[in-house]
Amino acid sequence: MLSSRIIPCLLVHNKGLVKTVNFKDSKYVGDPINAVKIFNEKESDELMVLDIDATVEKRDPDYKMIENLAIECRMPLCYGGGIKTVEQATKIFNLGVEKIALSSAAIENPELIANIAKEVGNQSVVVVIDVKKKMFGGYDIYTHNGRKKTKLNLEFFIKELQTLGVGEIVINSIDNDGVMKGYDLNLIEKVWPLVNVPLTVIGGVGSLEDIKIIINKFGIIGCAVGSFFVFKGKYKAVLITYITKLQKSKIFEN
Amino acid sequence: MIGIIDYGVGNIKAFANIYNKLNIPYKIVNKIEDFNEVSKLILPGVGSFDHAMESLQNSGMREKLDELVLEKKLPIIGICVGMQMLAKSSEEGSLKGLNWINGVVKKFDKSKINNGPLPHMGWNTLNIKKENQIFNNLEKDPRFYFLHSYYFECNNTEDLIATATYGEEFKCMINHENIYGIQCHPEKSHHNGIQLLKNFGEL
Repeated sequence: MLSSRIIPCLLVHNKGLVKTVNFKDSKYVGDPINAVKIFNEKESDELMVLDIDATVEKRDPDYKMIENLAIECRMPLCYGGGIKTVEQATKIFNLGVEKIALSSAAIENPELIANIAKEVGNQSVVVVIDVKKKMFGGYDIYTHNGRKKTKLNLEFFIKELQTLGVGEIVINSIDNDGVMKGYDLNLIEKVWPLVNVPLTVIGGVGSLEDIKIIINKFGIIGCAVGSFFVFKGKYKAVLITYITKLQKSKIFEN
Repeated sequence: MIGIIDYGVGNIKAFANIYNKLNIPYKIVNKIEDFNEVSKLILPGVGSFDHAMESLQNSGMREKLDELVLEKKLPIIGICVGMQMLAKSSEEGSLKGLNWINGVVKKFDKSKINNGPLPHMGWNTLNIKKENQIFNNLEKDPRFYFLHSYYFECNNTEDLIATATYGEEFKCMINHENIYGIQCHPEKSHHNGIQLLKNFGEL
């Protein structure tokens, strides 16, 4: 049987890994290659690496870093950050990356999704949507690490992405990022019925129970995890880790 | 020596990395002269069926491969779209497949998978249907990584060696004489995948 994916999500900033709270206050948590080695050892389901500098600095993806990650990575790797053209996406794909994540470029130029899918296949095109609660209900979509608010309607955008052939949608909650008190269940409930491709959610995991809650509620879902896999204890000491096989079987049992 | 076929499609490096770590000799082949010394072949593939077939055609290696596989009977394994290319045709495209194993490639039927999402993405269990050296030392109910919306429907049941279930049971591993196909990604499936690639290396 297919099982839900539990996916460490790593953020790259100034060539190191960081973890943020509400997309701010980034704290250094380690070296990217070292983290990949740890997740190889722990046999994680997938790995997502997002370079949070590339788009903001208006620069190309760091191909050398991506290549080094891909060489080391023994599980499927999803890379995002700074991809704006089909050529960049194809180049990254050829470095040995399974999935290409788009964010601001998909918002500015949605056709890019279809064009990249034509080259690398729909299954490998991922769109990450950063969302934040509106004052009076509903959600706004943001880009540039939560600094630029867009005028897009979330429901409409999710439908449009699928018409263009996206292979996976990742919903990232800015409000819950780094807070470690659980996923935004209202947000997932809102998005879930709109999605016909694999859905992955991120933002808020602070315990195994937080993961179990959404798997019990929604079934097969991608559970991406940031802080919970890089911090340990109340004082947030840095310790990169993943769930054990036993923990995983407990999460999957009803 | 294993030849990993590089026709511009697929994750060549992932296979090379694993064989490096296993100390099993391999080379990346992208032109006819490279096939010297090669005794078995890996045909990777990702993306769309037509794109993969067209790329293989344009690589200039197609006829050589027909000769090595069909006449010289070199063991070959097609992986993901590489497996689908072994078929006669695919619902995904209009180009002809290699037609090395009797079958066609079909898209998952949404109604049969309980309207589950496509692509079929994530870790699933390989149900082994027929003993084969390629399964040596795999754990019981081994888990592999899948990422696809199409699957190979082989016409001869004796070619089927493993299935997986996504709403419905579908064929995910086939073998006919020297030719193997696998839908999932052993190169990204941790210890089970490494074992399977090691087994292929030792066939």
